[in-house]
Amino acid sequence: MADFTVLLPGVLQPLVGGQSYLTASADGAVTVGQLLDSVTGDYPVLARRLRDETGALRRYVNIYVNGDEIRRVKGLDTEVAPGQEVLIIQSVAGG
Amino acid sequence: MGFMATAESYVIAIGTKKGLWLANSTDRKEWSLSGPHFLMSEIPSIGIDTRDGKTRIMVGVRSEHWGPTVAHSDDLGATWTEPEQGAIKFPDGTDAALERIWQIYPDAESRPGVVWAGCEPISVWKSTDGGEHFELNRGLWDHPHRSEWGAGYGGAAAHSIVVDPSGEKVHIAMSTGGVYRSLDGGASWEARNKGISAYFMPDPNPEFGQCVHKIAADAAVEDRLYAQNHHGVYRTDDGGENWDSIADGLPADFGFVMLTHPRREGTAWVIPLKADGERIPPDSKLSVHRTDDAGGTWKELHTGLPDHEYNAVLRDAASVDTAEPTGVYFGTRGGAVYASADEGETFAEVASHLPDVLCVRAAVVVGHAAGAENPLAAAEATLVAEAEEIVEAAAETRDPDPEDQATVPG
Repeated sequence: MADFTVLLPGVLQPLVGGQSYLTASADGAVTVGQLLDSVTGDYPVLARRLRDETGALRRYVNIYVNGDEIRRVKGLDTEVAPGQEVLIIQSVAGG
Repeated sequence: MGFMATAESYVIAIGTKKGLWLANSTDRKEWSLSGPHFLMSEIPSIGIDTRDGKTRIMVGVRSEHWGPTVAHSDDLGATWTEPEQGAIKFPDGTDAALERIWQIYPDAESRPGVVWAGCEPISVWKSTDGGEHFELNRGLWDHPHRSEWGAGYGGAAAHSIVVDPSGEKVHIAMSTGGVYRSLDGGASWEARNKGISAYFMPDPNPEFGQCVHKIAADAAVEDRLYAQNHHGVYRTDDGGENWDSIADGLPADFGFVMLTHPRREGTAWVIPLKADGERIPPDSKLSVHRTDDAGGTWKELHTGLPDHEYNAVLRDAASVDTAEPTGVYFGTRGGAVYASADEGETFAEVASHLPDVLCVRAAVVVGHAAGAENPLAAAEATLVAEAEEIVEAAAETRDPDPEDQATVPG
């Protein structure tokens, strides 16, 4: 079993009891979507903050896998290999 | 933070582009302001439910980053609750996602627990548990006109809901699409726009497609409603079968607000703007206009309002209370909020320099809004709570809990 870590921005941490990251384990590589399903399973409010009810990633939520923004790879189907860092950041928007 | 019920007071809930403020008063003259709640999220809709002798404030919250949700407070803003799974969620198969909650409408006293919502994308929802969970109105969602409804400047939304005392006759308004009426409690809907202009379309008198900005029901006359249209102010006396202009006597027929008196026949308020292309008060003079004869004549109400104002007042940024005489409240996109305790004859500024005001709701409640007695203490408490969260988060970073590990399926 490999461990995966999803890092959260500070503004979302109160939704998960103040944790700065969530972890999951799996056999081999997983997709970002699968990883989100797993780590948000116990945190439905966090899940809704990241994705809408169709499952789409919200427009101003950015997820990086090993430094690459997933929209430039395969979106939520982007693969995460064991040991790769998954980072959630809100994009710079608004005013 | 505890809450102690005390005597009656007046609350104005002010939804802005960057959070919610609450104003509280015991006399509608002196107001204490507290907030912000939901800082940096917009609050486009508010419903204050005072049925059954309780007060529940429901707010539509929308973060540009984290999406929309509905939260409610049963202690006048001291604490807020958000249903874990979300109060409004498009069901599987609709292939739609909630964008914004535009309207939260507590139903009649005789139907406790029933709350309606109007949303973007254009949809109407109904809750029977006091606004904690809403069901999509399928009659409207599956309406054959839906693919032809458009978006107003602010988005495509159902923004007005008016339910008659029987609960069977329901009028809604959407931008753009116009007025739709149900005679069976919302099971089926028909467009009811005859007489309302859609001057911006090739056919200016279509069955539907109008950009009706707001509708409100007369307090006493059955089947009488008023509409502020995208140019045009109208009244119907037959439940929407026919609409007639009541704009004569107003300085302009453009605007967003339409308010009606809670008890008295024939009384309504509008806040005109110069024109579609010039969304400022006529002559840049901010005034409310009231009719007491169902639109036959209008009276300009300007006492206490600025002589020079270049901000618009949005469709839900105005409200009445249920006191006697009726209070009238509104906010501008410039962040000023005004209150009148005498049906608009005189106004006083309650707040200024807030973010754009999107929604205002006022009510007579039992108790005081959170932090109203000491607004600075309330703000400080918010900061302390945020600091504690940051400290806790830092501690978790140093010492993660292995029990938070989950297993990824597949």
